[in-house]
This record gives sequence, C-alpha cells and structure tokens, in this order.
Amino acid sequence: MDLYPLWNSLRIAGISTVIIFFAGVPAAYYIAKAPRAVKGILDVILTLPLVLPPTVVGYLLLRALGPRRPVGAFFLEHFGLRLTMTWWSAVFATAVVIFPLMYRTCRGAFESFDESLAACGKTLGLSGAYIFWRIRMPCCRPGILAGTVLAFARALGEYGATSMIAGYTPGRTATISTTVYQLWRTNDDALAFRWVMVNIAISFAVLLVVNLMEKREKRR
Amino acid sequence: MALQAEIHKKLGRFSLDMAFEAEDETLALLGASGCGKSMTLRCIAGVEKPDSGRIVLDGAVLYDSARGIDLKPQQRRVGLMFQHYALFPNMTVLQNVMCGTRRGGRGRVQKDKAMRALDSMGIADLAARLPRQLSGGQQQRTALARMLVSDPAVLLLDEPFSALDSHLRFRMEEEMRKVIRQFGKTVLLVSHDRDEVYRLADRVAIVKDGRVDRLDTRAAVFADPGSRTACALTGCKNISSIRPLDGERVFAVDWGVPLKLSPGPGVDALGLRMHAICPGEGENTFRCRVCDVIENPFSFTVMLRPLEAPDDSVPIGWETEKDLWRGMMAEEVTVHFPDSALLRLKG
Repeated sequence: MDLYPLWNSLRIAGISTVIIFFAGVPAAYYIAKAPRAVKGILDVILTLPLVLPPTVVGYLLLRALGPRRPVGAFFLEHFGLRLTMTWWSAVFATAVVIFPLMYRTCRGAFESFDESLAACGKTLGLSGAYIFWRIRMPCCRPGILAGTVLAFARALGEYGATSMIAGYTPGRTATISTTVYQLWRTNDDALAFRWVMVNIAISFAVLLVVNLMEKREKRR
Repeated sequence: MALQAEIHKKLGRFSLDMAFEAEDETLALLGASGCGKSMTLRCIAGVEKPDSGRIVLDGAVLYDSARGIDLKPQQRRVGLMFQHYALFPNMTVLQNVMCGTRRGGRGRVQKDKAMRALDSMGIADLAARLPRQLSGGQQQRTALARMLVSDPAVLLLDEPFSALDSHLRFRMEEEMRKVIRQFGKTVLLVSHDRDEVYRLADRVAIVKDGRVDRLDTRAAVFADPGSRTACALTGCKNISSIRPLDGERVFAVDWGVPLKLSPGPGVDALGLRMHAICPGEGENTFRCRVCDVIENPFSFTVMLRPLEAPDDSVPIGWETEKDLWRGMMAEEVTVHFPDSALLRLKG
C-alpha cells in the first residue's frame, strides 16, 4: 500500500493548522473585545466557511486562484507559480474550511475569561504584557488547544474544497479522503477499506485527545 | 492621610454621583445591591473610568477630569479585594502572592517577602497549593496576603465575606479586624450586611441609587438613620409613613394607628426597631392581636396588629426573648412604643 496519501494528508493538515493557529487566535482575541456591532458583522463573515458547503468554498477559491483568475494569473505571470492542482493548493482550501473552528473555540475561551483577574493584576502593579502572557493566556490555554486539535481533525477529513482546487493525482495531490473516493469509484474495495480504517484510527485518537483535555480543563 | 473621592459616571439609565472623604479609618459603604458601591471602588482603583470627578489619595491626584489626570491602576497604590478574590487559577498560592510584590517580581527577595506575608496570615504551609484546592477562608487569606504585600496606601474591600459560608464569616471577620488594625490607614468596606458594617467600620456612608444618602459615625447612623433607606439598611423592619393629625399626634399610615409624638419638621415616616418594643403599658400603648409567631434560633418574632387598626394594615414585628414569650403565649398582648424608640425619618 502506497502511504503517500497519509503523508500528504498529515502535512496539509499540519501546515494549515499552524497557519490558522496564528490567524485564528489573534482574530478571536480582538473580536472577543470588539464593540457589539463590529463583533456581529465580523463574526458572521469569519464563521461563514463553517456552514457553507465545501464545494462552494472550493468554487470561490478557484474563482480567485485559478490560472486565469486575478490572483492566480498574477502569480503565474510574475513568479511562474500555478496556485491550483499542486499538493500545497489543498492548504488554501483546508485553511479556509478549518478557520472558523479554531476561531470560534478560541473566542469562547477568551470570552469566558474572568476579567476581574486582569483588573486585579493591574491593581497589584502587574504590567499589561505580564497579565496577557502569564494570566490570560494560561487561563485560556485549554480552549485554544481544543480549538487547534479540532481544526487539525477537520483538516484531515477535508474533501470537497480540496478535490476541487488540488484534484486527485496519485503520488502528487492524493490525500486520504480523495484516495478513498477514487478507490471506491474504481471498485478497489479492499484497499478503500484499509484507508477508511486508517482514517478512523487517526480521528479516534484526535478526539480522545480533545476529550482528555476537556477533562483536565474541568478539574481546574 | 486621607482619601477624597468625587465620582460621576453614567451607566445606561443609572447614574453614579458619589462624593466622600475618609481619613485613617474604616469607612463602610452600606447599600442595597446595584446601588453603585462596587463601581465606586473600581473607579478608585482605576479599573473603571469615571466620566468626571476627582480622586485624591494622600495628597496625590489619582484622577482629575478637569486637569486630564488619570493614573493607571498600576501607579495608584490601591489595594482592591474582589468579591470572589480573583486569585489567579494557574498559579500557586505563593506565586499569587509574589504577583503582589510589584511587577510580578520573581527574585529571592520577593519570594521571602511573599513567604512572610503567607506566614502572617497563617497559610505558609499552603504555599504550593493551587487556588481551587483551598477552602473559602484560605482563599480569602491568600487574597489578603497578596493585596497587603503590594504595599497599598488604601484598602478597598468589596463584599469581603459574601463568598463565605456563614460559619466561616465570623472567624474571617475577626481576622479582618486584625488586618485592618495593623494596616492603620484608610479602609473602604463595601457591604450590605449591617452587622458586619457595625462591627468593622468607624463611619458609615449609606448609599442609595448611586449617591451618598447619609455619612456619619456608625453610632449616629444606627441611632438616628434619618431616611427610610438608611433605616431599612441598618436593619429596621418596621417602617411606616405618617400624616399629622393635630399638634401632638400623628397617624401612622401603614400601621393604621394614631401615635402621640411631635415628629419635628419634615419628618414623614417613622421607624421602630423590632427589639425596641416594650411589653406592658407606657407611652403609646396598644392592645394588639398576635397575627403570627416566627421562631428564630434565640428569639421569637411576634407579628402584632393593634386592635384599633384595620385588617389590611401592616403588622408590626416585635422581637422578644424566648422565655419572655413562652411565659405570655397569648392571642392578645399589650405593648407600648417608647418615644425614644420611634426613629424620625425623612424621605
């Protein structure tokens, strides 16, 4: 069994999770603090990819990144870079789809933070940076970790947008989910079943980690 | 040394307009919940910003809207103890207290200072625990140690005992008295518990709807509350509006009886503390029917309605010793209201 799809899925999920971590945490932090009107609008925009069908996300991404579309044409012309149909094209699709999971989970953590802790820190003479890094972030850490793991798990399972923007080329853009579909389509049931088991095992492990972290959070 | 505060702040339809001064003493802000007591403390500490006003501590201006001065909470040397203590849940007791040793200092000196503070609160053996592993009393001691170690010039205590079980309150109150005595500077105590306030404070400010309704020594406020709000907050359960009848008599509207007394100018209500009612005859004697008897741990509250009062009048509560009531146990009793027990109230 060629393990390329496993390796490809893990690196796409890993890279998009890292990107979304650095985009989602600050977004969650600032939106949690934002005035109500701004919050309402931004929240809808940032959550949209969660409820849109992945094929719609894929379509919109192709409209922007395709070789004859504005962004795609720009990169092709100036850097000779095709943004679609490569293994890393899937990172765009995955990142957009998992962003809301990261952002919403973190926002929940930031909003449930007890602001009197920060106020108390100030009266004790603690600097803003100290309060942020040594009190606020540690208190919100379980939520941020949960968001990261959930985003990673969802990234591993991404199919719709990925298949549209990266396609399925064995040994180049194949991921676990696109491989399963392809094998089923070509009646290779035995191999499809093995990939399904691999997928279930990974998802099982990830969800177990989430649950263990939630338990630890409750004991705090 | 002293604290002068004048704070104006609008919060929706509620407006806070507090003004008071406190010397090296314990001043209690006594008021119902939502009257702006806590907000006042937060403004003094600098974690909330008033719309306008002026706050001066030991001659240093902390806030002055007219001159555009607004010191950060970090620069104010104000110790604020939160209602639920606001201990940092991710830090041990020792680390929490070390946060009070200025700028989160970490060195040997800070550690020694924090350990001494824990020791003086009698919780040195809990240094390695996390806040969630502590009892309510231990949490409060930790919060006190952390606040005191930051060397504040004034202590602001926000409902310090409300998060404690009642059996712990008395003990923590005793410890608080000790802390206040050793501190020796201005302490502001926010509370809605009149017993707590009476035991801890030198002076009492009655707060109503964001304003100081009355500010005086605790003895004066309790003996002569002056207003309905103050009277109720100092624990008086019997309050009735009055209407003048003739020169020597008034009619108590809620109680439905005339009383012989000279109310004084502007007085429109009377207060009568439950324990101040006397059995037998004297000034303003009434034959009363017993409407209800409530048994307290160490006393009875007997609800009385004078025979001459209408059936829809408000019954008057009389608190008596258990033995006294057990000796009477009547359906009708005669009591009188001594003139000195009738508190004259305005507004």
